[in-house]
Amino acid sequence: MNPKIMGEASGPASRRCWWFANSGIRRLLWTIALLCGRSAHASNVLEKGGSTSIFAPASPPAHLIAGLAHFVLLVAGGIFAVVAGLIIYAAIRFRHRPGDDDSWEPAQVYGSESVELAWTIVPVVIVTILALTTARVIQEIQNPSRPANALDVQVIGHQFWWEIRYPKYGIVTANELHVPVGELSDRQPTFLDLRSADVVHSFWVPRLAGKTDLVPGHPNVMWIEPEKAGLYLGQCAEYCGTQHSLMLIRVYADSPKDFVRWVEEQKAGLAESSNVAAGRHVFESYACINCHNVAGTAGSGHFGPDLTHLMSRATLGAGAVPNTYSNLRAWIKDPGQFKPGVLMPAMNLGEGEIDSLVAYLSTLK
Amino acid sequence: MSESVAAPRPITVSLSEIEDDSPSAMSCGRIGMFCLIIAESAIFAIFVVAYVFYLGRSLSGPTPRDVLEVPVVNTICLLSSSATISMAVRSLRKGQKKRFVAWWSATLVLGIEFLVGTGLEWRHLIQDAGLTISTNLFGTTYFSLVGLHAAHVLVGLALLLVVLLLSLSKAVGTEHADRVEVLALYWHFVDVIWVVVFTVVYLVGR
Amino acid sequence: MKPASIQATVGSRDYSVKERSEQPSSVAAIVHSWITTVDHKRLGIMYLMFAMLFLGIGGVEAMLIRLQLAKPDSHLVGPETFNRLFTLHGTTMIFLAAMPFVFGFGNFLIPLMIGARDLAFPRLNAFGFWLTVFGGLLLYYSLIGGEGMAGAGSAPDVGWFAYSPLTARAFSKGHSTDYWILGVMVGGFGSIATAINLITSILCLRCPGMTLMKMPLLAWLYLVVSGMVLLAIGPLTAAQIMLLLDRYLGSHFFDVQAGGSAVLWMHFFWIFGHPEVYVLVLPAFAFASEIIPVFSRKAIFGYPAMVAATVAIGFVGLSVWAHHMFAVGMSAISNTFFAISTMMVAVPTGIKIFNWIGTMWGGRIRYATPMLFSLAFLIQFLIAGLTGIMLSAAPFDWQLTDSYFVVAHFHYVIVGAIVFMIFAAVYYWYPKATGRMLDERLGRWHFILFLVGFHLTFDTMHLPGVLGMPRRIYAYGAERGWGTLNLICTVGAVVQGAATLIFVLNVVRSLRTGVIAGNDPWDAWTLEWSTSSPPPEYNFSTVPKVKSRRPLWDLKHPDDPDSHYE
Repeated sequence: MNPKIMGEASGPASRRCWWFANSGIRRLLWTIALLCGRSAHASNVLEKGGSTSIFAPASPPAHLIAGLAHFVLLVAGGIFAVVAGLIIYAAIRFRHRPGDDDSWEPAQVYGSESVELAWTIVPVVIVTILALTTARVIQEIQNPSRPANALDVQVIGHQFWWEIRYPKYGIVTANELHVPVGELSDRQPTFLDLRSADVVHSFWVPRLAGKTDLVPGHPNVMWIEPEKAGLYLGQCAEYCGTQHSLMLIRVYADSPKDFVRWVEEQKAGLAESSNVAAGRHVFESYACINCHNVAGTAGSGHFGPDLTHLMSRATLGAGAVPNTYSNLRAWIKDPGQFKPGVLMPAMNLGEGEIDSLVAYLSTLK
Repeated sequence: MSESVAAPRPITVSLSEIEDDSPSAMSCGRIGMFCLIIAESAIFAIFVVAYVFYLGRSLSGPTPRDVLEVPVVNTICLLSSSATISMAVRSLRKGQKKRFVAWWSATLVLGIEFLVGTGLEWRHLIQDAGLTISTNLFGTTYFSLVGLHAAHVLVGLALLLVVLLLSLSKAVGTEHADRVEVLALYWHFVDVIWVVVFTVVYLVGR
Repeated sequence: MKPASIQATVGSRDYSVKERSEQPSSVAAIVHSWITTVDHKRLGIMYLMFAMLFLGIGGVEAMLIRLQLAKPDSHLVGPETFNRLFTLHGTTMIFLAAMPFVFGFGNFLIPLMIGARDLAFPRLNAFGFWLTVFGGLLLYYSLIGGEGMAGAGSAPDVGWFAYSPLTARAFSKGHSTDYWILGVMVGGFGSIATAINLITSILCLRCPGMTLMKMPLLAWLYLVVSGMVLLAIGPLTAAQIMLLLDRYLGSHFFDVQAGGSAVLWMHFFWIFGHPEVYVLVLPAFAFASEIIPVFSRKAIFGYPAMVAATVAIGFVGLSVWAHHMFAVGMSAISNTFFAISTMMVAVPTGIKIFNWIGTMWGGRIRYATPMLFSLAFLIQFLIAGLTGIMLSAAPFDWQLTDSYFVVAHFHYVIVGAIVFMIFAAVYYWYPKATGRMLDERLGRWHFILFLVGFHLTFDTMHLPGVLGMPRRIYAYGAERGWGTLNLICTVGAVVQGAATLIFVLNVVRSLRTGVIAGNDPWDAWTLEWSTSSPPPEYNFSTVPKVKSRRPLWDLKHPDDPDSHYE
């Protein structure tokens, strides 16, 4: 028999096979490095509050998930080592070598009942173990025990910002969530009631918990319990329209004292001085009041974020730009320059009007 | 291009050694129609799921109990048409062309009655009961499900009409019985779907 | 040897072949003959050319996406354009590239492999193809037609799975969403037509002696694929009809204000969407099951188990859809059910990998280009399956879904498994279709470059996901720490693009300059290799009769035929 096979490969094939082994090993090492979180860069980013790695958990749901993840990665790694090893071994060991006698074909083996039974049973066992582990973690996260002093917060997703309400305190704010850090002896988890005013969004702060969608007409509940004070970053994780990318969320975990202080500040009425009356007048006579609420003024709109404590927040536009005087000024003039597709229109105010308006808004601490 | 290559070698073995499990009762046409029926059933299933899921969830507006009357006559007509079309096919196989035309026309008439009856029911719902597809969830799911079925009846009737016209111009003979039966299969499917729709909408859902 | 006029009778049909002198000669006549053809081989080639074209267009879209994401705070394209790009990229690749590849190969190969003259319904075949073409034109017409949200071009921007209520009239003004609905719906009808054709042909037109358990594995896989198409496309069509009714007749299927449910769209879509990905990957398995045995010089290991596993995947695959919805807020019981069903489907899928290894084991493997791609497929599909297992563990999925991890996972399946095997299949069957071999040297370059580019992009891409980068964002800040990783992904995309250009060059050039292939360049064993390359219009001059799964093996080894063993 003269096989008319085109293109033989002998030496180069073994080198190619090492490439596969290398890319697989390299990937494994990367993942291990991440798991250990040992890189200097990672820890710097961690301290600044910027890290959003799922392997830097700081709250029980995230810890539970990271634990399950380690287990699954271990199992997957083991399966990969064995099966990829077999593939590479077979690819090298049974390759056609130049000196081979091509007049006969290798032994035709059509199957083997025992081998096939073994490689059916082993995966079933592995899958069973994974399934049981997964079921347990699902239970622990979705049906947690709820201590008496748990905090309830309502999060309502909008295009493209987060409305945040504390029913117990009567606080309404936007884009920034403050929660208390509990103690081991006095746990204080925060339960988030997730709703949407328009389309589907998703609340994802990786270091604190897995993501849960905000679906209109379908309220969801999730819980977080940061174990250390600090800033935890997240963002919307379900495509919701033009500015889905700039719908960031900042979770501030405060010590119990700091949290109480923040609540008091938010509950406090306005402390405005008279020299911003002009700015307040601008706010109340233009379309601003149709969308924005400021406690004690004519503004009672709910389409846009509540501005009563605007200055207590670190960013404008759900993380689009830092909350500074000049950014606020530019934002009012034309929000689209920072967040194209944002639903707030350019307000077309005169320069003087913007100056007094910003002066007024700057007092809303 | 390939003229220089030797003619392909035929592969032959003695007939006694051949296993053959090609379906004998199933022609290509029948299998194809069954496949179409499966695909269509999947579409209908989703509309039925939507109907059942939204039962009792309308926020306002008329409920099924308020406005629906069981369409007994329509149903009897449509289901009988399955019987008449079977008789038609049987006649055609026996070569009784006149009887075939008679049974086939009866099927058409019964089908048309069903559509007219549905139309009248809809007119009553829209004009008298104030129920449209946009009134509430019930209106949405009702008109879409029954409408989808009615559209399939309409298509079936159009095809039945084509066959009727062909047979009136003497173009349909016993040799076409298989193909006509494939069309009858579609018609039976439309009837079975009506049984499901009828049960879900007028019996269970009311 | 010129055939004068050949009369061949199959079943109740008569076919006569045109004389040489009757073949079309002018360009117009040639184009006309292709446009009006009902021949499965020509339709198959047209499907593949259509798929290649849209693979390229989808690739350009991907390139623009990667260029925008290559560095932080980039302003290469704005959010509106970016959102249209990823919507078109996903929709194009799934419906206008991958599905046509599936049907193109099925069309060309099935009749040849089962010893038939054509598919059961040649005119329906042509109708299905042209419906697909029309669907593609409709989708892309959106770039120039209708009104848009923000200026030039109004391509859809709702994502390829078009979640409600983003697709409602209120949130998607203009007609861009309607183009998405109609283009995909029309293409869906074409897919159903072809599935009906393939099932009927496989059940009805096998040559004498070819029982179901003696037909090539490719035919089994395509039988299951077509069955899944029949069951899965319907739900998508139904949901799209509902969406159109919502948008134009004021119905309330997905209208939350009236009590409708946004989650219902998700269920309906993923009841389609999950079987759809099996529709795309099973043909890759089919190609592997034909190519790996030939290049290992051994029969496929465990044919009956492969059939059983395929059917199992078909059934179980219909019950896993809500693993795309783990984050939506279903109950713990629902989440657990879908996690378990998804893990279960890993078992028959994994078994297939073992069977391919068993085929290679003890063989004498020749690494021609088809086998190179198949080897990469084996390892890559293994990895894709393992990241799939990670995603099936629902709590882990709560972190990984909607992030770049899941984007990396599904590209690993679609590119690493499916596209790699499409390349393998082209290198393997191009000689049969055209009579000429593709160039091996160019093939090796294509393989190496594509391999490097693929791994650069998609190995790396898992990491931004783990670091918290969501999908479908057009920009990210420098302080997030994702910049370098994204840059690497982009570089890999460029390399893959270059590799694909080499492939296209090879395909085009080899039509004229390729080595003449002959009937059976690979020394293979299934029926398509018994006829000429390219096959005559009637495929086989006499109806083949077979006694085993490898009729040509039996011919080549009359002392030791398969029929003695299985």
